[in-house]
Amino acid sequence: MSGDDFDQRIRSALGDDQLRANFHAAMQGFIERRAAQFPDPEDLQRRRDRAAAIREHSLRRLPELLETLERQLTANGICVHWARDAGAANRIVAGLLAERGIGKVVKGKSMVTEEIGLNDHLAAQGVQVIESDLGEFIIQLAGEAPSHIVVPAVHKNRREIADLFRRHIRGVEVTEGVDELTAIARRELRHQFATAGAGISGVNFLVAETGTLCLIENEGNGRMTTTVPPLHIAVTGIEKVIPKLEDLPPLLDLLPKSATGQPITTYVNLISGPRPPDELDGPREVHLVLIDNGRSRIQSDERFIDTLRCIRCGACINHCPVFVEIGGHAYGSTYPGPIGLVLEPQRMGLDRAGDLLSACTLCGRCGEVCPVRIPLPKLIGRLRRFAVEPAEDGATPLAGQGSQRRALEALLWRIWAWVYAHPRIYGGLAWLLTRSRRWLPQRIGGWSRYRSVPRPASRSLHERMKQRRRQ
Amino acid sequence: MKPRRVHFFATCLIDLFAPRAGMAAIELLEQAGIEVLYPEGQGCCGQPAWNAGYRREARRVIEAQLALFPGEEPIVVPSASCAGMMRHHWPEAFEPGTDLRALAHERAARVVEWSDFMVREVAPDWPRVAEGEAVVLHDSCSARREMGVAGQARVLLEAIGAVVREPEGAETCCGFGGSFAVKQADISGAMLADKMTAIEATSAPTLLSQDCGCLMHIGGGFGKRGRSLCVQHVAEFLWQRLMPEPMS
Ligand code: SF4
Repeated sequence: MSGDDFDQRIRSALGDDQLRANFHAAMQGFIERRAAQFPDPEDLQRRRDRAAAIREHSLRRLPELLETLERQLTANGICVHWARDAGAANRIVAGLLAERGIGKVVKGKSMVTEEIGLNDHLAAQGVQVIESDLGEFIIQLAGEAPSHIVVPAVHKNRREIADLFRRHIRGVEVTEGVDELTAIARRELRHQFATAGAGISGVNFLVAETGTLCLIENEGNGRMTTTVPPLHIAVTGIEKVIPKLEDLPPLLDLLPKSATGQPITTYVNLISGPRPPDELDGPREVHLVLIDNGRSRIQSDERFIDTLRCIRCGACINHCPVFVEIGGHAYGSTYPGPIGLVLEPQRMGLDRAGDLLSACTLCGRCGEVCPVRIPLPKLIGRLRRFAVEPAEDGATPLAGQGSQRRALEALLWRIWAWVYAHPRIYGGLAWLLTRSRRWLPQRIGGWSRYRSVPRPASRSLHERMKQRRRQ
Repeated sequence: MKPRRVHFFATCLIDLFAPRAGMAAIELLEQAGIEVLYPEGQGCCGQPAWNAGYRREARRVIEAQLALFPGEEPIVVPSASCAGMMRHHWPEAFEPGTDLRALAHERAARVVEWSDFMVREVAPDWPRVAEGEAVVLHDSCSARREMGVAGQARVLLEAIGAVVREPEGAETCCGFGGSFAVKQADISGAMLADKMTAIEATSAPTLLSQDCGCLMHIGGGFGKRGRSLCVQHVAEFLWQRLMPEPMS
């Protein structure tokens, strides 16, 4: 990702009125539905406190919890794999499929598999991957990436989806009815579940004490994916672990309410192992791939550990005034919006993703809605600093630290600081600006594209106050 | 008991672009019987560089301000975003355990946003000189969230009888964001367009806010379109309605 590409994508998103209308309508809907779930502000703050404490506590004890988790999962018959990075994770999944000669898999919605590029990797190995979540199914047909972490096809309206179905699925009638469209997708997917050799899913929470995988969803496709094929491979980040089963309800309460304004998801799957010998359904094998991909580095950095509290609800994204204007694809990253601004530069390096940090006004709304109280604006500000300030002696630098520093910009800020740290110099400059106010430029870069240029007053407040004192 | 004396930190934008707003805020304090100290050497709270990531530069400017506010008087600031910077970020600018950090903490704790100060400490008993006059109020994001003082400007305006309208989507940022307005000018412009539409829909002839940054941005947007909306800081509007004498 380079800054120019980002600018390009922003411009094309802003030029697409339909796209912006789709996002405005959808995000507004989420905002209103979320608000309706939390009628009592004080109660909401208490719930956020509790959820934040659970996540924070879990992260502090991460290594220990992961050990317990592995022990319990193994005891439950779930096979645990550790992947250091994206490549390792992809190889593990591809290897499991190849060993069993599996050529077709169904997949539930999972952002972490987007993060590691699993679909492309499997396709290159000749494995057919079928996305079973309706939104993912749609963007797979369109050959696109998700534009939102919770609702991946939210950038498309009904007409666009109907078009897509007509072009890609044989025998589809012209329809824009949501029920009809869903029925078409369901029909297409049904036989895939029966014939797939494996189901791949993400995980929302990992319960260490009991060795349980918790997966929530609305369409039942997650349950099908994890129970119908003979092999279930769950893939997730190491930060998803929580200590106990009793820690689950407070998080399960806030996640769907914050995400889509639902009181609870239609399905809450608690997976505790493969099918026992005397039972008739469930997969014969369950594997869990635990991905680090930069997470343990973030966990060990006191300044940024809060990033990992995230439960991927998307509330920060729904409420972001920048996201709603440009949509998810413009970011060019796996995770868009405020959490993307915080996560991606840490994951990919400030040199590769630091340009995202400019896409924020620091309005603070994300921090206000985050159910686990991640101080998103503060983290964005902190990352902006590391993007332009080289590491001090002795400090461990972030990846790509200082890479966004531009000589001219740095010089302007130095001049600014010099002026404002020296009252007499500022006074002289203010005198000059107020006296030349009529001749100052009327066009200043991006500012005057949308706004007239403010004109200094005839006398500064300093001058007025000085004069007043003399009277 | 209301304080007898306050420090006034005018902010860089007001000093250069809206001194009448600063003067109005000062005179309304004085009219309530409060002595206003205006330290000569004041400049900027440091926010522009701080938010852009240039923290060393911000620190230099903050350091220059710290010495200007001795004593125990509240430091009144006619801008919620600058007040937010001073209250929440001044201490962060310095290493823990240092004298500057302690000093920044002490200063930060005394910072109060102007409209909040007027409502809570002054509770002015103003005549209803603007009975029925419609205005649209833009509460800035800093007023709403960082400082939690949204609503105070409305209290003051309603005290003189003004009818305060709120634009639809009032909680949404106007798109100013300091250097964001220049660095991401196109996104900022799109956000501005949404905000202007919501403001115009209220059909109030006057746009008010407690933050001059937002006003420069939104007012500039209307200016560019050639609209004749009156755009003012809350203090200036109140002053114009309340004070019989022309401004000194
Ligand atoms: S950062 Fe917070 S609001 Fe954003 S997705 Fe994560 S948990 Fe949700």
